[in-house]
Amino acid sequence: MTATTEALKAKDYRSGIRAVWCPGCGDYGVLNSVQNAFAAHQLPLNSTVCVSGIGCSSRLPYFLKTYGFHTAHGRSLPVAAGVKLSRPDLEVVVFGGDGDLFSIGGGHFPHIARKNVDLTLVMMDNHIYGLTKGQSSPTSTPGTVGSITPYGVPDTSNVNPLAYALTYGATFVAQGFSGKPKQMDAILQEALNHEGFSFVNVLSPCLTFNKVDTTDYFKAAFIDLPEDHDKGNLVAALDRAFNPPAGKVYSGIFFQTRKPTMVENLRAINKKQKADKNMDLNIAVDWFKP
Amino acid sequence: MSDLIIRIGGEGGEGIISAGDMIAQAATRSGLNVLTFKTFPAEIRGGYAMYQVRFSKDHIMSEGSGSNIFCAFNKEALDKNRADLKPGTVLIYDYPDGDIEEEVKIDGVHCYPLPMSRIAKKDLEMYRAKNMVALGALSYMFDIALEELKDLLREKFGKKGEQVVATNLKAVDAGINYMKEHQKKTDPFKMGSAGKMAKDVIIISGNEAAGLGAVLGGCRFFSAYPITPATEIANYMAQWLPKLDGTLVQAEDEIASLANVLGASYAGARAMTSTSGPGLSLMQGLLGLASIAELPLVIVDVQRGGPSTGMPTKHEQSDLFMACHGGHGDAPRIVLSPENVADIIKLTAEAFNLAEEYQMPVLVLSDGSLGFRTESITRPDPASFKLVTRARYTGGEGFRRYEVTPTGVSPMSQPGDDVAGAYIATGLEHNESSNPNFTPENRVKHCDKRFKKLETLVKNYHAPELQGDGNADVGVISFGSTMGVSREAVALARAEGLKVKALHPRLIWPMQVEHIKAFAATCKTILVPECNAQGQLAELMRGVTGINPVSYRLYDGLPFSPQQLLAKIKEVM
Repeated sequence: MTATTEALKAKDYRSGIRAVWCPGCGDYGVLNSVQNAFAAHQLPLNSTVCVSGIGCSSRLPYFLKTYGFHTAHGRSLPVAAGVKLSRPDLEVVVFGGDGDLFSIGGGHFPHIARKNVDLTLVMMDNHIYGLTKGQSSPTSTPGTVGSITPYGVPDTSNVNPLAYALTYGATFVAQGFSGKPKQMDAILQEALNHEGFSFVNVLSPCLTFNKVDTTDYFKAAFIDLPEDHDKGNLVAALDRAFNPPAGKVYSGIFFQTRKPTMVENLRAINKKQKADKNMDLNIAVDWFKP
Repeated sequence: MSDLIIRIGGEGGEGIISAGDMIAQAATRSGLNVLTFKTFPAEIRGGYAMYQVRFSKDHIMSEGSGSNIFCAFNKEALDKNRADLKPGTVLIYDYPDGDIEEEVKIDGVHCYPLPMSRIAKKDLEMYRAKNMVALGALSYMFDIALEELKDLLREKFGKKGEQVVATNLKAVDAGINYMKEHQKKTDPFKMGSAGKMAKDVIIISGNEAAGLGAVLGGCRFFSAYPITPATEIANYMAQWLPKLDGTLVQAEDEIASLANVLGASYAGARAMTSTSGPGLSLMQGLLGLASIAELPLVIVDVQRGGPSTGMPTKHEQSDLFMACHGGHGDAPRIVLSPENVADIIKLTAEAFNLAEEYQMPVLVLSDGSLGFRTESITRPDPASFKLVTRARYTGGEGFRRYEVTPTGVSPMSQPGDDVAGAYIATGLEHNESSNPNFTPENRVKHCDKRFKKLETLVKNYHAPELQGDGNADVGVISFGSTMGVSREAVALARAEGLKVKALHPRLIWPMQVEHIKAFAATCKTILVPECNAQGQLAELMRGVTGINPVSYRLYDGLPFSPQQLLAKIKEVM
């Protein structure tokens, strides 16, 4: 039992289960930032639900003390939507990797984004499949060598997660780097604060299988968004997502806007229909009188 | 006359379906029982559509065998049904001045031409009233609920104004008057009034029944993707859930709809999705997740002709293997099989109780015949539906979500309970505390725990309904809508003095092996009729009970008729 009087510290969110990622994995840093962000918001352990799919990063909910659902490959978002839409009182946070969310689960992302389901999605993007030992993913740089693409990925383009999210109507889009923990803490806190669907892409290098997009590469590549970046401007956000300076990657909050969430839209419909949990069910039966 | 079947055939979009719905509703008001059957093309407009209504003063068990009266709106409909026009039946057809070019004369068939196109187009100057002309003629000629039909028209079109009401009434009268003036009744068919309609009657389709059953069973979260022939279930839920402060989601695909349902169930909701075969195929992976994570949920599958897109608007019962065994791994689930529309209400509501009690997915196997038909039934009393809820974590330390218990059922916590109740629901094999664990001992222990729940269920579930007693030459076992046909065929056989009985199981998986064996022990031959090509129920039964039934399979997109089945019963005797 958690005492309700004492403030929760970051470490209070950790479960007893030891994280099992490879040494040096960026996901450790993400886990730390998640704990920090949870503590900053004092998210209640018993009404926070962490949902994930399948992959290295999707193991994250086990390492937290909150409620959780380790779903099937690619299905974290619609499961999380089911939790949130049936129980809007809960804080629902989704974790997963680039393969889980943009390959096998790629069909769900646009709809969760455009419906503006009030979830926070933290994607740990390492440009590779780690759990299955090194295959190219949708975010891999074309030409990347993987176990099923030994002569290099023949795909013409990779997915730009930020542009994808922006295009499909996500109302909060940000990018962080596991090697810049302070900024990531701040981004995650903002994402949790946001009402609506928030997408945080965290570049979280895989030391074991990705020999191209390494920690050193990202360290050199990451630059903050310009100070005058207008995060209310969708076109500017898309431009920064598509066109960072050569050899560079932007981090920070690209875009944020407040729009009605799906929960709010559903509530409005119910209200119009004079929703009543205790409605006399005879009305629903007698509707079929001949 | 106690039983009459009228069939109307024509071009889709000519008002065949609405005409059929109207006469069924009017007949129900006149105190008759009705059961309808329709086939329509996959196209929105055009193509052959057929609507059949069986009227009776008694309880109706199936679509019946053939029809007594056929009303042809055009040549295609006439051609398609010509073979069914047996001596003694009646044909009303659009002639002259329709697209049927010659007067029809068939030996022994009472043929009445009715120029419905001409009357609508020329006399009334409203082509769309063709179906009303036909309705008037049918209602008058066979004495079916004429006053009720006119009342219904006034109500139905009242909102559209006096003019529309008047035109439609005029069309009905034109049909009546034409028959009065030009045709001499030579057939014996006359339904007559059944007295007064009972106060507690409703008229409802199988798909609406699944929705109503869900609502009465406490369902307050529903997510689905549109699919023929199950969409009407979603339509019903969409209309009523918001009024009940429930949650309705149209998902991006069937995987997402079941995923939504899983999430809602994990968070405590009584949740459901509805689909047909192609959707259930997509759901198989998550069905396994529901099974291993032990989450209560309900799936209504309205089966259609498969595989692949197959025959979306046609009847079939070919998802049984998939319902019972689909997906990878050993994943226990419960499959229920309703016989008719009233049964769908009852079993869909019950599905929620079973899901909650045994913490696993429950499938309700409806089919095209059940989903599309409407029946007049006794209204269900909401107060008679008692809700069973999942065993719940009651607080305190030491909680183990997947605690092994004698029944296999362990209490569930849900978000919002205290922190000690927190667990990670998972598709990974896990230990009692829900932590991943792949040791041989743990694996066997937890797989057995999950299957233990099926054993408990079989022990607790009521015996299947028995029709007939004593020793029999033939015992019939079937599922879904075929049960209604079996019931009628067995009743016909017994009326002829044949030693035939039937078992009507509602719990189709897990099978009630002991009951089936006991039944089979009293029968020389077990006959299993079903609407699929592989004999899926027969094969499952063979594997589980060791009984070797005679498998009778129909897979032409139509349900069995009682006469067809009766002939088979006699053949295997």
